[in-house]
Amino acid sequence: MAYSTKVLDHFKNPRNVGVLNKDAKNVGTGLVGAPECGDVMRLQIEVDEETGVIRDAKFKTFGCGSAIASSSLATEWLKGKSLDEAMTIDNMDIVEELALPPVKIHCSVLAEDAIKAAIKDYQTKNGIAAEAKVEAATA
Amino acid sequence: MEKRRLIYLDNNATTPCDPRVVDAMVPYFYEKHGNAASRSHQFGWEAEDAVDYAREQIAALLEAEDKEIIFTSGATESNNLALKGVFEMYAKKGNHIITAETEHKAILDTCKHLEKMGAEITYLKVKEDGLVDLAELEAAIKPTTILVSIMWANNETGVIQPMREIALICEKHGVLFHSDATQAVGKIPTLPREVGIHLMSFTAHKMYGPKGVGALYVSRKNPRVKVTAQMDGGGHERGMRSGTLNVPGIVGFGKAAELAKAEMHEDAERLRRLRDKLEQALTQLEETKVNGNINSRMPHVTNISFKHVEGEGLMMTFNQNIAVSSGSACTSASLEPSYVLVGMGLGDDLAHSSIRFSLGRFTTEEEVDYAIKAVTEGVNHMRELSPIWEMYKDGVDLTKIEWAAH
Repeated sequence: MAYSTKVLDHFKNPRNVGVLNKDAKNVGTGLVGAPECGDVMRLQIEVDEETGVIRDAKFKTFGCGSAIASSSLATEWLKGKSLDEAMTIDNMDIVEELALPPVKIHCSVLAEDAIKAAIKDYQTKNGIAAEAKVEAATA
Repeated sequence: MEKRRLIYLDNNATTPCDPRVVDAMVPYFYEKHGNAASRSHQFGWEAEDAVDYAREQIAALLEAEDKEIIFTSGATESNNLALKGVFEMYAKKGNHIITAETEHKAILDTCKHLEKMGAEITYLKVKEDGLVDLAELEAAIKPTTILVSIMWANNETGVIQPMREIALICEKHGVLFHSDATQAVGKIPTLPREVGIHLMSFTAHKMYGPKGVGALYVSRKNPRVKVTAQMDGGGHERGMRSGTLNVPGIVGFGKAAELAKAEMHEDAERLRRLRDKLEQALTQLEETKVNGNINSRMPHVTNISFKHVEGEGLMMTFNQNIAVSSGSACTSASLEPSYVLVGMGLGDDLAHSSIRFSLGRFTTEEEVDYAIKAVTEGVNHMRELSPIWEMYKDGVDLTKIEWAAH
């Protein structure tokens, strides 16, 4: 099974590799997967507190080429998006963009999980998730 | 990285054909195209002579009698024939077979099939170095035991089992001993009679011969072993394996055996030196581990875990230039890492981080030097990308993290 050109591109030139200060109030960190499963992704977002827009995103991934490409692509897509927009990124968008074969779909699922986990971490830190829940409950 | 010829370090998967083997085969596709079972004309006689000669070449490699060599389509068929054939033939004596968890799937899946047919199978665990525990093996033998099947050398680690000691235990208890010697024949001495093996599977394409042809050694005296044929029709191969013989393949197999007998020692010494060079250089990297008993191992194989680096991803850093195999089965649908490494007590994480390098007759020192450079760069690159390598470097205890298994 050969890798797609896009997977190879992200693998060879991964975008936004690195680390953000996980203790900063405006940084959300998502750590998903497990070493035993052969995939661990850490995806971080830095949110502009004025506008609520994702200013920066960084990742590090332990995994196969498709896992690395999925998380690299995710960081590219996250930058400049609002949290609500970021929540709409679906794993199948990643599958389509990278032309992942069926056995690699789990890599895209993991990337979606990492995005959601990072957003949730940010919201928890800033008390946003709780508010959203209250609103939902009263609506 | 500069563009260069693809380096093949996956000789345990299959070896390239030796050109001398191909040269020997070619006439049997053209002018000497006869069926070895045609007894009435020159074409048939010529083909039969060629098969007889190949059988002698292979028997010479094993120091066996030529009639003890039964040709098959490959080691998988040989393993099937040995296990199923013994199970049927010796049904009156018992139904218990002993094997090990780290055997090839051709053995394990055959055993699973036999379980459905009423067999009782004991799957021995192996020690951390990959060797079977002889005391456990002996303790597993019971009055209904008809066969012990233990591979000579493991395909993933190259670990060589204590064949002579296992044979002595089998002899003591009057149990037949089969060995899947696919990875050993032609590369190290494999003499079934001297060791005390009664049935032995092997194949041409792991010893610089063609794919699609293998053999089962079946002892003809002390004891005279018989297996029930698993394929009916024609009664070829002393009634144990029907089917028109693959004459060109068999000719190539014979030539490969002759070359192996003549060059085995020299090849093994050269490859051992290259393998050791590769292994020593790569284990200079931090947090690496060689898997399997290094004192009882095939000379051309090394299996190394690079901690906190996923094997398939690592391979991708150099697979434009180098072909190897990984213990990470990320490419298969199961996502399970190597059961051989896990069976040796390696954690799933380390199994996912392992790479098998298997050198061969045509591997050069220059290629090994290149591989050292490329793999070292690959590991360093992947570790820069790896969150768990970063955590390890920051002193985080990875076992304390609650991972979300998926």
